[in-house]
Amino acid sequence: MPKKYETPMLDELEKGPFPSFVTEMKKAAAKSDMAADALGQLERCFKDNRTHWKHGGIVGVRGYGGGVIGRYSDLPEEFPDVAHFHTVRINSIAGLFYKSSFLKEMCDIWDKYGSGLTNFHGSTGDLVLLGTKTDTLESIFAEFSSRGWDLGGSGSAMRTPSCCVGPARCEWANIDTLDITYATTQEFQDEMHRPAFPYKFKFKTVGCAVDCNAAIARADCSIIGTWKGKIEINQDEVANYAKSGMNIQTEIVNLCPSKCMSYDGKTLSINDDDCVRCMHCISRMTKALKPTGEKGASILIGSKAPFVIGATLSWVIVPFMKMEPPYTEFFDLVRKMWEWWDEHGKNRERIGELIIRRGMREFLEYIGVDPMPQQVKEPRRDPFYFWKEEDLAK
Amino acid sequence: MAAPQRKTDIGPPHYKEYLPPVIQKNFGDWKYHQIINPGLMVHVANSGDKIWTVRVASPRLLSTDTIRDIADIAEKYCGGYVRFTTRNNIEFLVSEEKNIEPLINELKSKHYMIGGIGSGVSNIVHTQGWIHCHSAAVDASALVKVIMDEFADYFTTKQTPNKVRFAVACCTNMCGAVHCSDIAYVGIHRKIPRIDHDNIKNMCEVPSTVACCPTNAISPDPAKKSLKINADKCMYCGNCYSVCPALPIADPENDGVAIVVGGKVGSLRSNPKFSKLVVPFIKNNPPKWPEVVEATKKIFNAYMAGANKHERVGEWVERIGWEKFFKVTGLPFTFQHIDDFTIARETFRTAATFKW
Repeated sequence: MPKKYETPMLDELEKGPFPSFVTEMKKAAAKSDMAADALGQLERCFKDNRTHWKHGGIVGVRGYGGGVIGRYSDLPEEFPDVAHFHTVRINSIAGLFYKSSFLKEMCDIWDKYGSGLTNFHGSTGDLVLLGTKTDTLESIFAEFSSRGWDLGGSGSAMRTPSCCVGPARCEWANIDTLDITYATTQEFQDEMHRPAFPYKFKFKTVGCAVDCNAAIARADCSIIGTWKGKIEINQDEVANYAKSGMNIQTEIVNLCPSKCMSYDGKTLSINDDDCVRCMHCISRMTKALKPTGEKGASILIGSKAPFVIGATLSWVIVPFMKMEPPYTEFFDLVRKMWEWWDEHGKNRERIGELIIRRGMREFLEYIGVDPMPQQVKEPRRDPFYFWKEEDLAK
Repeated sequence: MAAPQRKTDIGPPHYKEYLPPVIQKNFGDWKYHQIINPGLMVHVANSGDKIWTVRVASPRLLSTDTIRDIADIAEKYCGGYVRFTTRNNIEFLVSEEKNIEPLINELKSKHYMIGGIGSGVSNIVHTQGWIHCHSAAVDASALVKVIMDEFADYFTTKQTPNKVRFAVACCTNMCGAVHCSDIAYVGIHRKIPRIDHDNIKNMCEVPSTVACCPTNAISPDPAKKSLKINADKCMYCGNCYSVCPALPIADPENDGVAIVVGGKVGSLRSNPKFSKLVVPFIKNNPPKWPEVVEATKKIFNAYMAGANKHERVGEWVERIGWEKFFKVTGLPFTFQHIDDFTIARETFRTAATFKW
């Protein structure tokens, strides 16, 4: 029987309608010494008003430089079963789909070798196994990999790519987000498992500008599905929306950011040349409006959390790229970007930070992309710019 | 028994193996979807086929017992097929209409919280906090729990003008898109790291520690074979602690939570936005952080009272103006609200057009 701790502070967090993480920890703690000590230590964190985890050390599986994150308690004598409490990242399925048979097998493996605690999922999208000891890592890896599952990324490497639900269950997907994610993961296995970059690199793919995977805010490379044709209008369905109580003038036309729509009480019109494909009208009138024509993606680079220069959103590099298997054009672009980043990036410098430090021109020239107004909100305001010999010769 | 034979560099299984047959059949050929209620939506394919999704909340941290229960339920009503959303909700994928009602009944009887679809409060994206992180300035799961308990009705039944996306990051490292959420919490330190001079030489690389500081506050201290921190420049971000374990910054007396609002990631109507600081600090008060909940209610209630239909929090604030936001929420405006980091001058008001 695992040790039982009094947890008066955490018990408060079992009340209320939202499912409780404390209840989950208690379920695991009834079966696992590790989970029991994790619960005991967490109560101690609440009492002491601070965390009691220490930095990760280097742990992992043979041949890989990532996928496992070392974690140690700073109270190992008091809570010996979390003295080591490492995280294992399992590369999840594109779109986060599961079958019950796999979930049950996973639970059996994890109860055997780990704490029985998981995260579905980590922020990057990995299936996270929370808490195990160094000497079980090889066995866990063998159990998963023999069943066709691999580890995810960690450290200065390509991180587990992720995507929105895409064409699997969404009428707005302009690209096959699942296939792009799967193909990218397979193409760059070495870059994922053997960290060799200046810092982390994340891919996130979404089917449209609704961005249900926050690609624009948290991926070094954000792939956002879009189109180049007209929005097809089904006027009967427009009438149905109006009949069901939608005020098409105030709720749709007035909220169009590029003012490209009009409605005369009967017919909805769109000036497609002025549309910026923001998705508001389509998302609110999904039965009436449908993008047509060429489909592809905008490729944006550079978003990240605040360290070191402040948070950034990704910005446009390639306004439109067809994203079709075998994705040769895209993978070639990625390799070029990585080459440049490898060459000039400092330790712990994300690619976006490097572009800001060395300038868009150098980056664009290296990857072979022309300057385009779609890449900026506005041209520069200052008169301080460089000329190269080749510019003067033009 | 010996462990099975390991394989390397195989990547994840192909997603097609994990898709319900109706999705495999209609992949990329969906016509429309309809939100029937906050816990149920249906997607209709051009073929006429349908798939229903029943969404339930999850604390993200799940025990194997609960995962087995989810798997059992999926087997009973969904042919074993289930997925998770990027916001950690569980989605049961129902191919047969007759299974919807018994599925919902079983979920209710087991106290699963059903909802989270459409214009309301969905699950909270969050980080590890004190459960599993060395740099957490605040716990994350507890904040998620108390905020979701407070706004539970907006998950299950009630509507908001548009989606309200909450997020929690337990330190400024922000493992999650906190910087672009409607209402988000971030763990904050307020005092400079303590320097463990004895351990710097064993545990830390001096050049990378110096380089990691966003404000150049760290310099080498050759005499001590250690580091110096310029207290006037340090803004307590804790990045140096991530690089150098001999610079602990956790401080039970001075750590707490900041609240930032008005971010979004979608491009609908207006471009993606960063969240902006509205409450610089609330001292940690575990286990339930009541002051954080109270401050959030002020923001949420003002949004509910003032926003037009389809306006996200950030769009509402931009329409009324930040000066009015502080007026209608009653939140105090302080020196901490005025930026003095890398993009400060972009945030100064360069026009005399503002509201009293």
